[in-house]
Amino acid sequence: MTNATTKPTVATVWLDGCSGCHMSFMDLDERLMTLAGLVDILHSPVVDSKEFPQNVDLTLVEGAVSSEEDLHKANIIRARSKYVIAMGDCAVTGNVPAMRNYWDRSDLFDRAYVENAQEPVSPEARKALLPLAVVPPLRPHATPLHEVIKVDLYLPGCPPPADAIWFVLTELLAGRVPNAMSVSRFGK
Amino acid sequence: MTSAVSSGESITLKIDDKDISCRSGETILAVARENNIDIPTLCFMEGLSVWGGCRLCLVEVAGSPKLQAACATVCTEGMNVVTASPRLKEYRKMIVEMLFAERNHVCSVCVSNGHCELQDMAVKLEIDHVRFPYRYPHLQVDNSHDRARMDHNRCILCTRCVRVCAEIEGAHTKDVKGRGVLAAIIHDLDQPWGESETCTSCGKCVNVCPTGALTHRGTAVGEMQKKTDFLPYLTLMRRTES
Ligand code: SF4
Ligand code: SF4
Ligand code: SF4
Repeated sequence: MTNATTKPTVATVWLDGCSGCHMSFMDLDERLMTLAGLVDILHSPVVDSKEFPQNVDLTLVEGAVSSEEDLHKANIIRARSKYVIAMGDCAVTGNVPAMRNYWDRSDLFDRAYVENAQEPVSPEARKALLPLAVVPPLRPHATPLHEVIKVDLYLPGCPPPADAIWFVLTELLAGRVPNAMSVSRFGK
Repeated sequence: MTSAVSSGESITLKIDDKDISCRSGETILAVARENNIDIPTLCFMEGLSVWGGCRLCLVEVAGSPKLQAACATVCTEGMNVVTASPRLKEYRKMIVEMLFAERNHVCSVCVSNGHCELQDMAVKLEIDHVRFPYRYPHLQVDNSHDRARMDHNRCILCTRCVRVCAEIEGAHTKDVKGRGVLAAIIHDLDQPWGESETCTSCGKCVNVCPTGALTHRGTAVGEMQKKTDFLPYLTLMRRTES
């Protein structure tokens, strides 16, 4: 796929979220056809491209920044996007992924991978149970997107209703800055 | 009580450029609301004593270098009050953002989602994100009472529960311990709520709580709706009786 296009380019990314915000995006239903006529969606969980492209006009980010990989992706997104929208409460506030923040990571791992999953094991065997290789390391806290990169627009909601996503996208495409709080709120 | 101390003498003042007359002893908040001028509040509740703690009702008074809490400031002759300005709006936003950052509000999984005064305040003040870093304190949920639940993660320390319990129910089960970010609502001598000997299980605290901090047991996400109509009724009855 090339970027040789006159239509605005859009990307959507899924960090530490439940995919609900993308589900809400899919709930645009037939408006997705209209959107496809207005913009080029270059990169998204629903588009088969592995690398985040250069020169994206507008990127919608779902999910909190939870792992080192999320942070890496967030930095790439910011460097290559003109306008970044934090889509949904996880990206805006940390929301459910940030509920782990009250505990230390090693306690969390013990709870999830040892206590709840296995009979008591030796310290060596315990180490083998923890997800310390291959998967990206967890950061101490899952944080809102704006704590690691500059965000241009916040669209709260869990998930933001499809109508709210549509309102924000169409307003931006018309060259206006939408007031997302007129169509959504924390926990909507 | 906002108008309990009125002496009847008439005074005139300006609120947001509007000429208004009221009786001496009335607060700026009471007079503004009587005249359909909206001043946001969280700790204030008609029928309970004035606390002046949330600071959302701060207003500008001409001639005073400091902002004044409208709920706790009595109107004086010739006063010139501004209730809405870019500076006030910015301060109010900061206050509410700090309330969100101070404890763990996760609206999407809160029993009060959709019926919460803090959430409504965020909408009213157009708070679409919190600019302060969240603190993520490790706080408890007190599930010991057989009818109600106290979730410290969602408490904004408005003290409405403390006041309704002491002033209306007369039990004074609740109080505040600690200072600053360590402040917390307690029961009796900082015991589990269910072990309190003074709590009458009347449920008034649950109903005046503006957030999901005090809820009935057995409520799921979004199910908790508060009923506050008992309060003006009880206050009125007591005033007429005395
Ligand atoms: S905001 Fe809600 S719907 Fe969106 S990813 Fe987070 S949990 Fe899922
Ligand atoms: S108490 Fe209100 S603001 Fe806090 S999490 Fe619950 S709904 Fe949200
Ligand atoms: S429990 Fe509710 S009413 Fe009591 S101080 Fe906290 S927020 Fe206010």
